[in-house]
Amino acid sequence: MNPDRRAAIQVDDLTVAYDEHPVLWDVDMEVPAGVLMAIVGPNGAGKSTLIKAILDLVEPAAGRILIHGRSYAESRGIVAYVPQRGSVDWDFPTSVLDVVMMGRYGDLGWFRRPGSRERKLAMEALDKVDMARFAKRQISQLSGGQQQRVFLARALVQDARVYLMDEPFQGVDATTERAIIRVLKELRSQGSTVVAVHHALQTVPEYFDHVMILNVRRIACGPVDEVFTEENLRVAYGGMVPFRAAAAGAADAAISDAPAGAP
Amino acid sequence: MDLLNDLLFDYTLRTVALGTALLGLASGALGAFAVLRRQSLLGDAVSHAALPGIVLAFMLTGSKELLVLVGGAFTAGWLGSVLVSQITARSRVPGDSALGIVLAVFFGVGLVFLTFVQGRPDAAQAGLDRFLFGQAATLVERDVVVIAALGGAALATLAAFWKEFKLLTFDPEFGASLGFPIHRLDLLLTSILVLAIVTGLQAVGVVLMAALVVAPAAAARQWTDSLGVMVFLSAGFGALAGVSGALASGGTEGLPTGPTIVLAATAIVMISLAFAPRRGLVWSAWRRRRQRGRIRLDTVLADLYALYGQHGSLQYGHPVPVLDAMSDGPGGAAEALEKLAEEGWARQLPDANWVITSEGLVRAEKVLARLGREQDE
Repeated sequence: MNPDRRAAIQVDDLTVAYDEHPVLWDVDMEVPAGVLMAIVGPNGAGKSTLIKAILDLVEPAAGRILIHGRSYAESRGIVAYVPQRGSVDWDFPTSVLDVVMMGRYGDLGWFRRPGSRERKLAMEALDKVDMARFAKRQISQLSGGQQQRVFLARALVQDARVYLMDEPFQGVDATTERAIIRVLKELRSQGSTVVAVHHALQTVPEYFDHVMILNVRRIACGPVDEVFTEENLRVAYGGMVPFRAAAAGAADAAISDAPAGAP
Repeated sequence: MDLLNDLLFDYTLRTVALGTALLGLASGALGAFAVLRRQSLLGDAVSHAALPGIVLAFMLTGSKELLVLVGGAFTAGWLGSVLVSQITARSRVPGDSALGIVLAVFFGVGLVFLTFVQGRPDAAQAGLDRFLFGQAATLVERDVVVIAALGGAALATLAAFWKEFKLLTFDPEFGASLGFPIHRLDLLLTSILVLAIVTGLQAVGVVLMAALVVAPAAAARQWTDSLGVMVFLSAGFGALAGVSGALASGGTEGLPTGPTIVLAATAIVMISLAFAPRRGLVWSAWRRRRQRGRIRLDTVLADLYALYGQHGSLQYGHPVPVLDAMSDGPGGAAEALEKLAEEGWARQLPDANWVITSEGLVRAEKVLARLGREQDE
């Protein structure tokens, strides 16, 4: 059990707007410590923006966000971030090991360079995602799934208690999907909290224990078996989605496949 | 060997070569970051934007000291770069348009100032126009000291913030999540880029200075997959282009340095684009050709293997047209069959027909097994 009884993440009345156009409207979210939570919702629902607001990367118009009871600036050291794979240029001249060591830059602080300790931690993290043998590889030579695992390893070396991930399963192969879910469950068993933007609705009950259903406003948030209902999803996806929560099978393949190609 | 002799013993030439080497070094190193951050055109806008600063600094002080003029150039160039990012952030004008607007407006104003100053009767203004196309021959020892100090400051800052600038360039959002003040780091990196650019203006000129920022970096990227090596190479290429361009222009009366430096830098880019390992055009063409040849060989061998499967005999031959028909490829099957024979994987029967050998069977099974594995992955 996690000794910290406060919610890992507490979001109150969060509103974010770009050019007066609201992306998130009066959103509340409680993430209990030690859970795996998926954030689901249609394209443009504000899922990435919610993650970025928690990380203080976008400025909210209103609202309050606490991580284990404190502001992001105070709790930065216990938060790790996995951005969308497509957000960086993979032709950047650097190696896999080098990218993973970037996860230590925050602890290193100004001017100090990564050394043998950072290299060791990075190798351990790469080992956890089955990428140790690619350590010296130039990052442009990686497949999409391997890139995603490198980003995951970079978050692992941050040695955090709260992990925020923006579409970690987007466009990855089966091997990578298994590796990621194994790591996520391991993090949970160590008492860490993971929040991940997720697209494939049919894998939500299998991979996650909590879910936030979002479409600009909060539709529902809580344990998967309570709130992951057909009705809530219909509200979020505008009734356009033939999703059956009970028999999550072929019918929802259409939804889960559609956004996979989109960035 | 006259040139080498001059370089070693001619004071003027030595000064000029040292000055252009130093400014090439600084702009090459900083240029590597500009190119990786897709800000190549920012160098162009900054150098053009520096012109009104140079003329204004002269109008206000009456001095033609390099430090004074570079001070004016830095202020105007820096303002130009800030203006570009502000226009992009606060309006719907896209980045490339913002660059174009700032470049044209500042450069236009600079030309107006320059014409006004040159129209005045006093002779003190003579020579300001060297900042348009560059005249390295006018560098004196004091100028080289200024270039060394300013370029050195830019390079020292780059070294001190190496880890932070790398993070800023690769993944700024992740850097921000770690708590680094990404906007201020961005401003700092842009500022030392502006510094490196303006120190080169007297020798290279505002019109072509951008080439000395972009070309060495583009060439260096071809040769390496490591940021550190790329920055060192880019600095070296910049110095090489600076020195060779300055020497070339020094030998010809009235030839400005800017164009010759740019030509030298372009030559380095051309050589790098063509011959660099892995990324070079020659290399990839050779590799593609080799790969195609190997695949063709494997395909024809697999066809022979399939035919053997149908007939079950190492004596039963098949004519070339049959193999041509089975799979299409460059040069027909005949060429591949000759090569297979050389390897001992196929042989030609007395009736000119072809058949797989027992070694070929082993090889074909390996090839097919490998293909199967690749399909699984």
